[in-house]
Amino acid sequence: MSLALSPEEQATAAGHDGAGMAMRIVAESARLLGAPRLIPICSAHIDGALYHGDSGTLFAERLVEGGARVAVRSTLNVGALDLMGCSRIRLEEPQRGMARRMMEAYRKLGCEQSWTCAPYQAGHRPAQGSDVAWGESNAVVFCNSVLGARTNRYGDFLDIACAITGRAPDYGLHRAENRRARLVFDVSGLSPSFLASEIAWPVLGSLYGREIGDTIGVVTGIANHPGEDALKAFGAAAASSGAVGLFHIAGVTPEAPNVETILAGPEPEAMIHVTPQMAAKARAGLSTAAAPKTIDAVAIGSPHLSFAEFDMLERLIAGRRLAVPIYACTGRHVLGLLEQDGRRKRLEASGVLIVADTCVVVTPIMPELAGGVLMTNSGKFAHYAPGNTGYAVLYAALADCVESAVAGKPCFTDLAA
Amino acid sequence: MTAAEILVPGKAGEGEALVLTAPISFWGGVDAKTGRIADVRHPQHGEVISGRVLFLPGTIGSSSASAVLMELVHNGQAPAALVLHEPDAILLLGLIVAREMGWETPMAVRLGRGLFDTYRGNTVKVANDGVLSVAA
Repeated sequence: MSLALSPEEQATAAGHDGAGMAMRIVAESARLLGAPRLIPICSAHIDGALYHGDSGTLFAERLVEGGARVAVRSTLNVGALDLMGCSRIRLEEPQRGMARRMMEAYRKLGCEQSWTCAPYQAGHRPAQGSDVAWGESNAVVFCNSVLGARTNRYGDFLDIACAITGRAPDYGLHRAENRRARLVFDVSGLSPSFLASEIAWPVLGSLYGREIGDTIGVVTGIANHPGEDALKAFGAAAASSGAVGLFHIAGVTPEAPNVETILAGPEPEAMIHVTPQMAAKARAGLSTAAAPKTIDAVAIGSPHLSFAEFDMLERLIAGRRLAVPIYACTGRHVLGLLEQDGRRKRLEASGVLIVADTCVVVTPIMPELAGGVLMTNSGKFAHYAPGNTGYAVLYAALADCVESAVAGKPCFTDLAA
Repeated sequence: MTAAEILVPGKAGEGEALVLTAPISFWGGVDAKTGRIADVRHPQHGEVISGRVLFLPGTIGSSSASAVLMELVHNGQAPAALVLHEPDAILLLGLIVAREMGWETPMAVRLGRGLFDTYRGNTVKVANDGVLSVAA
């Protein structure tokens, strides 16, 4: 089936302006994807403003010169710089200037200066069943799974092109029939104490991504809603270990009131019974450092920390001085709240380095350190830190991360799956 | 000679064939400045894709693959042509956007990976009409 554009879409695509360029990019992508038509979208989340090289900056500036503006609400994912000035970014000129020009161009296109990978906790929450065009793998999976809005994984260039045209290819997860579960991921064999622990969600997410890949699954065996921060951690870990764009949890996420409703057929194509051994192996697999004697830093906040997570961090630190820094990555939506009640000052006095608008795995922030060891409670940081920062990773719960930062060496509270 | 389907039109190209034996992720897998395959786990690690006719059996989907391919085009380090087993909309978006920017881009064509071996070790020409041939 070939792509059919409406007369209005054709007229836009014929233009020599920025909107015409955007429409041609959306239409060409739709053609390659085999989509029969374009559909209207009601919001976008743009991952394309992170600097990877000069060509991306020149592209965004070309759209600005062509008078393009986003047609729908569009939030921005992280950039390469901390515009709030909380942390020092070791990006040198001329890259630094090009990264700044890129961020500025996306602002001129009408995007909101949200600069966060957790836009869904910064007030951008499209309605269930609505079509949107979101980028950034954790934002995509949260948007689809927890909010029930419909998006594919929109990469660089296509995200902003969809935002400008207000259109997306009718394809993939925009279609209801492609959102149903084929596999069941049953966690009822795990102990209630493990399932109630903070690390259960990133660990299970990492396992889920590896087992499920890019198909759709439904998790069973969860008795109570674990809270949004837990689902955020699960989705982010799943989207970094596999190409997961949508998950369901029976009784928890909006499209899966129960297993029967969300399954594509009368029976699942496969049942995955998660054992304590599988969970323990997945947890061990998040660490790459082999029994180090000391650690050099802790990094948390991938996805960006919520205010509730800062609350927990402050309670765990309990006014103590840290021996090694905790890099705490967040968005300006949380930074404002931290400043209101003096919390930012208290945390920084303890040795917490707050990173706003960006994070430690997408731009150089942590010192270059041969043989450096980083501790984290984030499944996503655990996945990307070794390749992007050169640090080996030790994975642990937040409480253990804080104790280790105070001691300057790994402290583990053992917890069986 | 084989007629391949044109996925993205561009400049006809000629170069030494580089037949990848495993799928590749452009983001993190290819250096955008030098065109060198940087992924240490990839069987063709260390080879340079610039100026080659690049045969891709598959790609692993980082959503920034398009940015890396466009950066290669902008830096003058793009392959002479891309031959894909299957169209990859995210990767090819890099060529589509580069064309919109008015930069000269290589062609991308579709060819079943079963035919890739025919071209290994040869200098390959990809003509404007998508016809692949071994150069004399």
